[in-house]
Amino acid sequence: MADVNRGNRPLSPHLQVYRLPLPAITSIMTRITGHALVAGILLLVWWLVAAVSSPGAFAAADWLVRSWLGFLILTASAWALWFHALSGIRHLFYDQGLGLEIEEAKKASWAIIIGSVALTLLSLIIFFIS
Amino acid sequence: MRYITPRKAAAGLGSARSGTAHHWQMTVSSYALVILTPLFMIAVGGAIGLPQDAVAAHFGRPFPGIITALFIVVGMIHFIKGTRIMIDDYVYGSANKLAIIASNIFGWGVIAAAIFALAKMAFTTPAI
Repeated sequence: MADVNRGNRPLSPHLQVYRLPLPAITSIMTRITGHALVAGILLLVWWLVAAVSSPGAFAAADWLVRSWLGFLILTASAWALWFHALSGIRHLFYDQGLGLEIEEAKKASWAIIIGSVALTLLSLIIFFIS
Repeated sequence: MRYITPRKAAAGLGSARSGTAHHWQMTVSSYALVILTPLFMIAVGGAIGLPQDAVAAHFGRPFPGIITALFIVVGMIHFIKGTRIMIDDYVYGSANKLAIIASNIFGWGVIAAAIFALAKMAFTTPAI
């Protein structure tokens, strides 16, 4: 240990000054989307419980669900759900030892980003035409 | 030399005595949720914006009712276990234990509320 060079080695880049590579961004987004889904599930379960409670309770929940804020929460939740699902599928591939190379991880990251936006738009289209 | 017996190494349980059980449970619920997620969005999307009695009738039918119940039960168990990883990463000591308890209370509370609502819709809607 005595002759180890302690002063002249490269330092580990600090998280705040280090530009995260794309796979790192999609990785942390998996955790963020998973936890952010709390908002959507709370709104939906409140709406479900209100529907069996009273007309007044349902009117309040239904008002929020149909408002622009409710539309924003539900659309963001749909995107978060699709993102988390796609990147969860990537984790199932990771568990099989697949997709762990850097180039593959970058491609999969773009597939998750583009795929989640596309599936959210598709969900909205299906919702509004049916 | 290794101080672990071959039997212990094969069991792979480690010092926590639970081994890879948590990871395996996340894997199993992930596979279930891959299938349940699009079905759940169809089931819920079909009822958003409907009047109160129509919402109750919608979830009183087998497909929307069963899919929604399954998604919320499996999803919230997946959520509780996923939250546990984040809590263990960022919160320590007594706050860690309190956060895990809070996460369980929240998750099971959501499950209970959703099941209550869906059951009431299923059992008070006329069968046909």
